[in-house]
Parts: sequence; structure tokens; C-alpha cells
Amino acid sequence: MAKNPAEAAISAEHLVRRFGNFTAVNDVSFRVEKGEIFGFLGPNGSGKTTVIKMLTGLLPLSGGSALVEGVDVGADSESVRERIGYMSQNFSLYYDLTVAENLQFYGRIYSLEPARLKRRIEEIVQLNGLAPYLTRLAAQLSGGWKQRLALGCAMLHEPALLFLDEPTAGIDPVARRQLWDLLFELSGHGITFFVTTHYMDEAERCSHVAYIYYGQLIADGTPNSLRELPDVQPQGTLRVEITTPEVTRALRLARQIPGIRSATIFGQSIHALIEDHFNLDDLGDQLLKNGIAVTEIRPLAPSLEDVFVELTCKHQAMLETARA
Amino acid sequence: MRNFFRGFGAVFYKEVLHVRRDPATLFFSLVIPLLQMVVLGFGIDTNIRQVNTVVYNADARRESRELIDRLKNSDTFHIWRYVGNDQDLNDAIIAGKARVGIKIPVDYSDRLLHNMSAQVLVLIDGSDSSVAGQAINVTTAIGLDESLRRVLEDRSTLAVDIRPKLLFNPDSRSPNFLLPGLTAILLLNVTTFLTAFSIVREKERGTLEQLFVTPVRPMGLLLGKLLPYLAIGFSELSLILSFMRFVFQVPIHGSVVLLAFLSLPYLFVSLSIGILVSSKANTQSQAIQLAFLTFLPSIFFSGYIFPRETMPTVFYVISYFIPASYYINITRGIILRGAGIAHLWIDGLALFAIGTILLIIAARRFQNKVIMA
Repeated sequence: MAKNPAEAAISAEHLVRRFGNFTAVNDVSFRVEKGEIFGFLGPNGSGKTTVIKMLTGLLPLSGGSALVEGVDVGADSESVRERIGYMSQNFSLYYDLTVAENLQFYGRIYSLEPARLKRRIEEIVQLNGLAPYLTRLAAQLSGGWKQRLALGCAMLHEPALLFLDEPTAGIDPVARRQLWDLLFELSGHGITFFVTTHYMDEAERCSHVAYIYYGQLIADGTPNSLRELPDVQPQGTLRVEITTPEVTRALRLARQIPGIRSATIFGQSIHALIEDHFNLDDLGDQLLKNGIAVTEIRPLAPSLEDVFVELTCKHQAMLETARA
Repeated sequence: MRNFFRGFGAVFYKEVLHVRRDPATLFFSLVIPLLQMVVLGFGIDTNIRQVNTVVYNADARRESRELIDRLKNSDTFHIWRYVGNDQDLNDAIIAGKARVGIKIPVDYSDRLLHNMSAQVLVLIDGSDSSVAGQAINVTTAIGLDESLRRVLEDRSTLAVDIRPKLLFNPDSRSPNFLLPGLTAILLLNVTTFLTAFSIVREKERGTLEQLFVTPVRPMGLLLGKLLPYLAIGFSELSLILSFMRFVFQVPIHGSVVLLAFLSLPYLFVSLSIGILVSSKANTQSQAIQLAFLTFLPSIFFSGYIFPRETMPTVFYVISYFIPASYYINITRGIILRGAGIAHLWIDGLALFAIGTILLIIAARRFQNKVIMA
């Protein structure tokens, strides 16, 4: 039962982008429903920005097709750009212009009628709490306020879809939390968000995440559906958290114990993937035998980071066998 | 029907705000050219006067002293020192103390009195060709004149009497020659820098990328950026012209309106060069380097300092591709020679053509190299 692609916020089919001999985006397909917060993750240089540039009509597609808000990007990128908002990680503001002037400028760019522009600026100022700073130069705002202003500028024309490219890079945790609260509120009003981020906790908050790894999409789904993927949680394995005061030594030992497939440190504990015939008490005994005091061992659901680590390793192994 | 110039108004509004927010930059970009004018206008004299000259007068009688007086009175030579032997004469020139050395032999007066040909040795430092040329001309002319006077004695008129008359700049004033040309260089300078900087700044800041995901069209963006700087270019032009007219007293013989009109395509040329520079440069320091690269040919091959006609053929051909060549012809034509549109329409047309081509190339490069990067 194929869903109508025109009803999605974004419907990308077999996107390809080549730069000379280099394929930056290789056969990427995904679909973002209206009102979703879509988290787009991947290491630097993996093609995240290229995909955004393709979806916003800045880069022509080398192959495939994309409908954004029902409009074909390849055919009419200008209409696409009228329907979307975009906020880049460096908060593209004019630092020598005041907050009000920045808003004015972006409003005029989208050719808003003067009356509507005035109303929208009032709404944005209200929503983002910018009122006390209207006459201040953008350069004098702190990171969090710059980000709110940039978001405000990107939303003036009431886009149904907003691209946020690493919106929280380099801002303080309070501002980060506030931004996410705002995103949830707006998403409640039916606005779709396409968010790239490096923060796993932010990925956990998204209603839909996808992971791109060197041009290829290797994960796509809700955070919970990804956790249950067989590649992440192979049959007959169990994920546990081992809390111990001596994590480093414990890790070295744990990696030598047969039946422990992988282990990593998380603060004061170790996250390990073990075979499920392995008895948790046996594990504790084995560690104690080696002189490591174990405070607690408990089963654990995989985090999104675990998901991406597993999928990346799996993908790399696949590439290597293909090459061999 | 899509608006080809979409976003023009918004970008124009913003650029005006940038300029207003930063009056210091505006002030410097308008005033520094005037300072350059003062330096060049007062400091440089293309006329060669008072060349340091060393004299070895071995004769020292009345006839030889008369000759030296005539050289002095020509205003070309300034007698720096008298020496007593050949060695000192040579050394003064080698050491650079004097550019010209004159040796009057011991038998100079004797030979003249006996109606024989008397020789005078003139040593000229050839390292500065214009000084050397002037020294050759003046000494030869004085020698000829002296000979004629002796031959003709009683006859008062010459058979052929050449009477040169300098048109347009009768006093050979250097500012009259230099400043109209300088106008072209200064305008190019200011407008190219301002446009290139205004775009490269947005590249550095990341705001340009932001603009490209809005419905702004490239032409709307470029024109919105160009027009405020075109206005600044015109203010600069009027400042330069007023300065030239009232401070340096260079009379403007032609129509100022025509000059302003023909400046329009030239300003478009320099603004387009600014865009070209910005499509290549990613930082402001790169922009400075690149902009200078475009200024050098405009200074050396446009006829601003060296006459185009005397250049080797290759460079003479190159000079036809340099917009400043045409504009300098226009400024000198209107200001000094009182030329009208009938004399200058070809230059105007050439500038217009170059401006259109450059703007199209600049817009395309901008689209391909900056937007699609």
C-alpha cells in the first residue's frame, strides 16, 4: 500500500549526487510525514549537508527525485524555497543589523505584505521572547538568543517545513532545552522539522530518525523501531550495564571474557553486548575473581548511539566483504 | 511570470543599513581617494625641471659662462656644483649626485672666436629615460640656437619659424594631466573593493548561503547589492570632480552631465569586477589581493601614466581590453579638451559593451561558483 508521496512533507526517492567521480549521496530514499521531527544524523562529511542542499534546491540532483511539500525540487525549486525555512548552524544573521532589522529584512525577502509582516514579527517576537532585544545589534546577543533570532527569521513566512542544520551546536544546555521545547510546541501545530545533530540525546527526542554513513542511508525509522532491529539486537544476545568503580580495568578484562561480544565505557559503567546463555551471576563472579568490585549488573535497552555504532560496524564489514 | 529581480528591494534595504551602520568605512572609502589625489596632485610633477647638473668649465672665459647661463635659464638644469677635472665630473654622475654633466673644453672660446666649431661634451645619466630625453632636447636646442645666433648675427628672423602652441593645457600643469586619469583609477578602486567586500563578508558570515535558500533570484541579489555602491561611486565622482575643479583649479571644459552619464557604464564595469573578484575569493584578504591584481593593468596599460601609443604592440592591444583606457579618454576628453558626445560615443559604447559582458559573466560565475558550491 504505497502512500501518496505528495502528502508527505518530504518524499525522496533514490537521491544521487555526484561531484566528479565522487558520489556524495548514493541512492538515498526516505519519507518525512507532516508534523514529524525528523532527525538526520551522520558523521561529518557523510552527506548530510549535501542532502539538505538537494532538498532545498541549491544543488541539482544527479539522479532520483524529491517532492518537498508536494513540489518537485528539480522542476520548481523557487516554489520549494517559498514553502520552507532554513536555519544553518552558524545562525546566518547580519551582526551589524539590529534584531528588528534582521526580522524586517527576512520578511521582505519573502515578500510579505507590510501588514502581514508586522503581524508576523509581533508573533515571532512574542513566541521567542525577543521583545527586550529588538534594538540590539545581533552581534551583541548571546549564542542562545542568536539562535532564537535565526529561528525567528526562518519562520517569518510561516513555512510548513523547517530545515535546522545543527541548531544547537555551541549553545548552552539551557538554551538547548528551550529550543527543543519550542520545537515540540511548533510541531504540535503541524510544522515539520528536519533537524541534523550530533547530540544523541537530541536524536532520542525525534519522532523519526535516519542515519547516513558516507553517502548511504543505513538506518531509517522511529528510535524504538531502530532499537529492535536484528542487526542492533542480534538473536540470542543481551545488552547489560555493569556498574563498577574501576571501569578501565574492568573493560580490559571484560573484553577477554568469551561470550561478551562488545563492551564500551559509559561514565562509571560498562555497556556490554553478551550472549544470552551467559548467566549474569557468572559474569559478576568472573569479574570478582579478577579482583573487580561490581556494584550492579542490569539489563539495558540499546541507546541510539548503540544502534548507530552497531549499524556502522555492520555496514563497514559489508563494504569490506564486497571489496574482497 | 516569475520576477527575475525578486528580492531586489529587500537586499537594497539591507545594504543601505550596512552602509549607514558603518559610517567609518563610508568615510574612509570616500576620503582616502581624496588624500591620494592630494598626494598625486601636489606631489607629482611630470614636467622635468631643475635637473641636478655638474659642470666642468675648463675654459672659464666669457663665452663659456654665457653658455652656462643659457642652460640655467632654460629652467631644465640646476647647477649643483662646479668641478675642476674629468674624474670629479664622472664621479658626480656615478654617485647619482648629478644627472647631467657638462664639460666645456679649454679651447671653447678660442674656437668660437676663430669661427671654428666648438665642442661641448654633455654626459647624461640614462637611467631615467624621461629626464635623459628632456636633457638631450634642451641641450641640443640651446646648441642649435647658439649656432644660429652666430651664423645669422644681423638677420632677425629665421627661414622656418616653428611656433608650437599647447592646446588645452597651456601651462603644462601636471594636475590637469594626472587628475582626470586618476579619477578613473580611484573610482575603480573604491567601487570594486566595496562590492567585493560586501559579498565576501556574507560568504564568511554564512549569510549568503542563507539567502540562497530563500526565493531571492541571483539578479535581484546582485542588483540590490550593486545599486547602493553605484550611488557611492557617483558621490565619489562628484567629490573628486569638485576637488579637482576647486582645489587643483583644473578647468572643466566639457559637459559635467555628459561625464556623469558616461561614468555610468564605467561604474557598472568596476562593480562587475567586484562581483568577479568575490566569486573567486572566499576571504577578505583574498579579495584584497585579487582586486589589486585587477588594478595594476588599469594603472599601467590604460594610458594613465604612460601613453598607450608608445607601448609595444602586445600591450597596446591589451590596452583595448582595459575599461580604464576608454574612461580615461572620456575624462580627459571632457575635462581638458571640451569633447562632446560626437567625439566620445565610441568610448562610451565600448564601456557599455564591456560592462554588459562583464555583468553577465559575473552573474553566471556567481550562480555557478557561489550558489552551486
